Amino acid sequence: MNMPHPEPTQNDDPEGIYRDDRRLDHAEGASRPLRSQPEKQPRGAKARGNRPIDQAEAAARFMAAPRHAKMHDERLWDLRQKRDREMHGILEWEELRALASAIKEHTLTHLDEYLEQFEANARANGIHVHWARDAAEHNRIVHGILADHGAKSLIKSKSMLTEECRFRDYMASVGIEVIETDLGERIQQLDHEDPSHIVVPAVHKTRTDVAEVFAKTIGTDPGNSDVHYLAESEREANRPLILAADAGMTGGNFVVAETGGFVVCTNEGNADLSANVPKLHIASIGIEKIIPRLEHLAVFVRLLSRSALGSPITQYTSHFRGPRAGGEMHVVLVDNGRSERLGMAEFWTSLKCIRCGACMNTCPVYRRSGGLSYGATYSGPIGLIIDPTFNARKYSSLPFASTLNGSCTNVCPVKINIHEQIYAWRRELVKQHEVPFAKKAAMKAAGELLSRPAAYRAAVGAAEGALAHLPRFVVYNALNAWGKHRENPHPVEQTFHDWYQANRGGNDE
Amino acid sequence: MSSRDTILASIRTNLPRVDRPLPAVPLFDDRPPASLLAAFKDSLHLMGGEFLDSPASGDALAPVREKIAKARVVCSTVTEISGNRDIAAIRAAQELADVDYAIVRASFAVAETGSVLLSDADLQVNAVAYLAQHLIVLLDPADIVVNLHHAYRRAEFRNAHYAAFHSGPSATADIEGVLIHGAQGVRSLTVLPLPRSA
Repeated sequence: MNMPHPEPTQNDDPEGIYRDDRRLDHAEGASRPLRSQPEKQPRGAKARGNRPIDQAEAAARFMAAPRHAKMHDERLWDLRQKRDREMHGILEWEELRALASAIKEHTLTHLDEYLEQFEANARANGIHVHWARDAAEHNRIVHGILADHGAKSLIKSKSMLTEECRFRDYMASVGIEVIETDLGERIQQLDHEDPSHIVVPAVHKTRTDVAEVFAKTIGTDPGNSDVHYLAESEREANRPLILAADAGMTGGNFVVAETGGFVVCTNEGNADLSANVPKLHIASIGIEKIIPRLEHLAVFVRLLSRSALGSPITQYTSHFRGPRAGGEMHVVLVDNGRSERLGMAEFWTSLKCIRCGACMNTCPVYRRSGGLSYGATYSGPIGLIIDPTFNARKYSSLPFASTLNGSCTNVCPVKINIHEQIYAWRRELVKQHEVPFAKKAAMKAAGELLSRPAAYRAAVGAAEGALAHLPRFVVYNALNAWGKHRENPHPVEQTFHDWYQANRGGNDE
Repeated sequence: MSSRDTILASIRTNLPRVDRPLPAVPLFDDRPPASLLAAFKDSLHLMGGEFLDSPASGDALAPVREKIAKARVVCSTVTEISGNRDIAAIRAAQELADVDYAIVRASFAVAETGSVLLSDADLQVNAVAYLAQHLIVLLDPADIVVNLHHAYRRAEFRNAHYAAFHSGPSATADIEGVLIHGAQGVRSLTVLPLPRSA
């Protein structure tokens, strides 16, 4: 139970908040000051209809903005380090991860039973339960509920599911105003940009980027990029919209079958405002968010914010079990490809994901390329294994945006074998002919070589010799994506096989 | 076929045919802190909350009275101290938009995370805990559990339609990791230890 406390620090950060001489870094607060320098914000991947997203191209532009790239990398690595600090404070951490994984796998293999149990209990509590097969049906259902109440404005808290459903675009098309109430999500909405991270949506933006967006949209002083000023201005601009809204919407982090309730975890209090100020509360939740009982909830709440932000818990963990007096509550359970994913032998465990973002914070590719470079709802390692289930062609290049170092798997609180699934997706996409020629040709050649030991050894020898002597333009050309921002490994003087033959060759038993 | 039946049928078709038993969850309470109150106070401070030490003698609520002395609008849902906005007369949540201080009592607290649980019964109007600028929470020191495993055995999660753990004030660091108290909800959360009167 004894949490290690960070060493007391001097009050040397004028922007920091101190308590008992300790600099606070709960919520998504950085453990040390990170000051960016002004620079034009690099934008994300270019959407080209159904054609494959060129993640590497967008990543290259992100890295070409060194001040953004540096801030982004440091900020996310700091979250990773805060996560480690929390992990070391919990002796049973690995046991909790194993429990979380086992609970999720059990629930997913009995998903139909638990969903029916939830539905019955929720209805008994007075919640209206709806089922949506896909994004379009979700949007129609929510529109229908709003229309029944004559609602023209909706305040909502952040939800990746509604991003998946392109919900705001749909609502705009039917004349309903949607107001995001999370600061980061609101910044992204006002900038007409998708969230770049599932937990910290505007993490790729610097304070001057935000100042520019707010100056144009909520009328802040364009020359003032003080973070406290920007956040306070957004709060003041949001409050009247919250008070005037006709309806509120949240997502759901967990759904508890035995109580017929759901849980929302936030830091800003915006989900509780969205749910508790208007009379009508709609919660859109993916069917995989369900867990059997309250005792299981404890495991996940202990893991979620520690994994996500390195904070012991989110500021608010809110449990909804029924409408309040005079209010109305709706839950929309959304499939949108999840039930189909359940049948994919190599990929079904990706449904265990609790959307903490730890895999993104630790991923060297994600940290250096920015979430918007993936051009998909889900970015980073978890995105690489979820996005192709939505569109194998459009997201065919994403599973290659990984070094397969396995760090994502190591930090995942529900023990998804993320890097193995990334590798499995590469194989799957090659099988489905969704891999670009250069990658495929290289992999095919490699596959043939690897299947013939003698040819492999000959090729390795030749390559080692060639790498040492070939001119740079032959080795580092457009077909070698690996060598684009990296040096090829130094050719070795003696291969392992040669060494083995020379030293142990005669001693085989 | 309804969407409900379509989804359930699709799930049944695709269910992985593997045996995954449901594990038992331990309470992880074999190393409790020496003092639940001290552990709670420490955790609360790390989450940005403020803990008021009640005075050794005299008016136990003196620190609260001091805090609200200059406030224009105070809304109290507790019997120990009264405000000037009657929560019982509130018809719509929006009527609480101008509250400076809300004073409520927590159902219980969690030492591990510094959280206080506020249920719909504690709040009377849920929005008061979010629309107010500042929140003061009375907590009976006897109502502290060691960790979240113990917390989720409490009846509130089976009875209340709404119950929320508050762990410090509303906060954000969405811009460059700079921590801000008072994101969209309360700017401060203060806990005063005070046994229940009855």
